[in-house]
Amino acid sequence: MTASTSLPASPGAPLAVGAARPPLPSLWRVALARGRVELKSFFRERQSVVFILAMPAIMLVLLGAIFGKEANAPGVTIGDLYVAGLIGGGVMATSYQNLGISIAFERERFTLKRLRGTPMPAAAYFLGKIIQVIVAAIAEVAVLLVIGLLFYHLRLPTSVAAWWTFTWVFVLGVAACSLLGIAASSLPRSAARNGVAVVTLPFVVLQFISGVYVPFFLVPPWLRDIASVFPLEWMCLGMRSVFVPRAVTLEPGHSWQHGQTAVVLAAWVVAGLVLCLTTFRWRSPRDS
Amino acid sequence: MEATGLAVRARGLRKSYGRVEAVRGVDLEIPPGEVFALLGPNGAGKTTTVEILEGYRHRDGGEVSVLGTDPQHADRAWRARIGIVLQLASDAPELTVAEMISHFAGFYPSPRPPAEVIDLVGLTDKARSRIAALSGGQQRRLDVALGLIGRPELLFLDEPTTGFDPEARRAFWEVIRVLSGSGVTVLLTTHYLDEAAALADRVAVISGGVIVAEGAPADLGGQLTAEAVVSWQDHDGRQSQRTAEPTAMVASLATRYGGEVPGLTVTRPSLEDVYLELIGGRP
Repeated sequence: MTASTSLPASPGAPLAVGAARPPLPSLWRVALARGRVELKSFFRERQSVVFILAMPAIMLVLLGAIFGKEANAPGVTIGDLYVAGLIGGGVMATSYQNLGISIAFERERFTLKRLRGTPMPAAAYFLGKIIQVIVAAIAEVAVLLVIGLLFYHLRLPTSVAAWWTFTWVFVLGVAACSLLGIAASSLPRSAARNGVAVVTLPFVVLQFISGVYVPFFLVPPWLRDIASVFPLEWMCLGMRSVFVPRAVTLEPGHSWQHGQTAVVLAAWVVAGLVLCLTTFRWRSPRDS
Repeated sequence: MEATGLAVRARGLRKSYGRVEAVRGVDLEIPPGEVFALLGPNGAGKTTTVEILEGYRHRDGGEVSVLGTDPQHADRAWRARIGIVLQLASDAPELTVAEMISHFAGFYPSPRPPAEVIDLVGLTDKARSRIAALSGGQQRRLDVALGLIGRPELLFLDEPTTGFDPEARRAFWEVIRVLSGSGVTVLLTTHYLDEAAALADRVAVISGGVIVAEGAPADLGGQLTAEAVVSWQDHDGRQSQRTAEPTAMVASLATRYGGEVPGLTVTRPSLEDVYLELIGGRP
């Protein structure tokens, strides 16, 4: 029980030494520390790695193996469409589903309450989540692209314009879905009992009607209309425009609708922000 | 407000949940460096009172000053001066003890060295273990470490030893004594009498949302503890009498028996007797 035996077990020690000055640590310093801890927790937890990170990859391999060979437009296979669709779905899994479930648990387990009782700035908590989501989403996209390159003759776009489209669709999609996930974390009565189901159910439904599990041109028009209210359909549309540009003839409108995509996703960012600001609670409603 | 020189000052604190009045006019004054115990059964208003002082809850009425600041308008600088040990917090199961403590250290301007805190709560052997692998008692010690890491002037401990085995409890009490010796003010809630008696300089008993008694553990209950029970054996059996002057009574008994009084005992009500009497009078 001497200090010397526990010193080497203190990998975060430089942080403490650096913070040992009278002024409060800066927001960015705390935010980066939060991001690091969030990433460690995410990648060490088998459940988040398997159900959030690996699930879209598993679905891509399965769906591609079952339906992938059929050709539907000149030079386009359903496998190609699945790569783009699951990138949209994967971005939503790592943002919406990931945050919705993890924050519900953090609220229920008093993690949020404990953090609120420290001088950690509230913004640092959210910035830490953003760091974690962005890293996880990039990892997700990378895994799906590798599978696409290996098994589905996917060709990465070479034009700057296509990568610019990818960037803004990715950023707006991550932002909108993260905010919706934070808002959705308040929905389950009990994270342990029904948190996963309450958060995941609407996401699964959206994946079926937005062109993730079923190619969008096969979805009946009335379901497409419902899907087009929500951000996922526009994320998948944007990703198809980047990774399978030749499939434009399969699109219901024969157009990639980039302008409308940007408007709808930006509107969901604003709506998600308003929802978060009005519904976010640091403590569980059952903690009274 | 810090002119009062008190670490905690509350006047006429009130809080209702719907139509239930959980706290009905609580007054508290805790000078710096004191270990103060708020003692009461479940549902007495302990946690509500403390959560108002911690800045977690807004009060309905009364005045509150904690380290010279109204907790309702507290900022980061104020939070850096207090430490909160929550009841039953369990989080970040995938991090190690050392990672978690170092992470929390990064929130504060002048934290204690993580290794020192880990050692203080006796988790040195577990520093590299994942939090999920800790026993219940070890997790509570981690909770305490997280409350201490920021070098607080005022430490809130909400039922800190619930679920501890007797040995862990004594070890924890020792930690509190060490902290108290370094000048930290401690506000502790507990429903264990022996804990209040062992640790606190002063105890307030809360019941039904009001403070029903307050004082040093030995003086608690005033009149009640002042009366002793003198008991002895005579040919009719065991005799007992309550008296405020037990010495005089023993002297008169000694005269009556001309020497040794058979089976003589003099007892004062224990803190537990006083406590049960205090909270027993209320539904």
